[in-house]
Amino acid sequence: MKDKELEVQKSSQSESPATAEGTREGVYYRPRVDIYETEKELTLLADLPGVDPKNLEIDLRDDTLTILGVADADDEERRYLFREYGVGNFQRQFTLSEVIDQEKISAKLTGGVLTLVLPKVEKAKPRKITVS
Amino acid sequence: MNRYRWFVPRDPFVNEFSRLQQQMARVMDHFSPGERGPRTVGVFPAVNVYEDNDNYFLTAEIPGVEQKDLEITAVYDSVTIKGDRKIEDAEDVNYHRRERSGGKFSRVVTLGDRIDPEKVEANLKNGVLTVKMAKAEESKPKQVSIKAND
Repeated sequence: MKDKELEVQKSSQSESPATAEGTREGVYYRPRVDIYETEKELTLLADLPGVDPKNLEIDLRDDTLTILGVADADDEERRYLFREYGVGNFQRQFTLSEVIDQEKISAKLTGGVLTLVLPKVEKAKPRKITVS
Repeated sequence: MNRYRWFVPRDPFVNEFSRLQQQMARVMDHFSPGERGPRTVGVFPAVNVYEDNDNYFLTAEIPGVEQKDLEITAVYDSVTIKGDRKIEDAEDVNYHRRERSGGKFSRVVTLGDRIDPEKVEANLKNGVLTVKMAKAEESKPKQVSIKAND
């Protein structure tokens, strides 16, 4: 089965309020992801540095998967000498086809990397159809 | 066709390119680490450095780097962060997106004032490395008392 089962929507870029629930303000970044699939499942890996598992939201509705990670806040009062990266929240959205068994999705966040496993729906068993 | 040759006597691409290269080299020299300015080249990892009166703090985002693959050393004026970000290539799979890259990295960050290499603490949490470096005693600002001679 070579047809593409996972499509990616471009989520809104940084400095816009979240389109998910709540009106959290702040800078948003699009995390880098690796996505690969086998016959059984799709696996998604995302770099979410600074996001604690309790601040990670994975939302699934209407076949849209939204990953939202709120990073530990950056203290603005500090005296910076170098500032090569900004700290902000991570958000990215994907459109899933109905081939995913949404009940069995598993997520693990460790070392700042999210591993999301999306099992595919098991194929229906073939039925013999008798012809009268 | 002919008009193009009229404007540009020599090979235009060679000239533009070497001129650009020279300019870039000058910009990079200006922003070498240690001077108060960040490198704009994409070196991994990107770092933020801030200070208070007693310490320097360095933070870097290194998701997916395990503690055993990370080595931090410090001398009186700089700290070196070395490691290996292991991104596995899954086999017999079909990749839809491949945005994360891994590999070995090594970065030296030079600091303005002297630090005490014996008093460096590092912490790795949720893929963020925080290194706290105590400034050497002589680097800390000392209050100066003012005598009024009226």
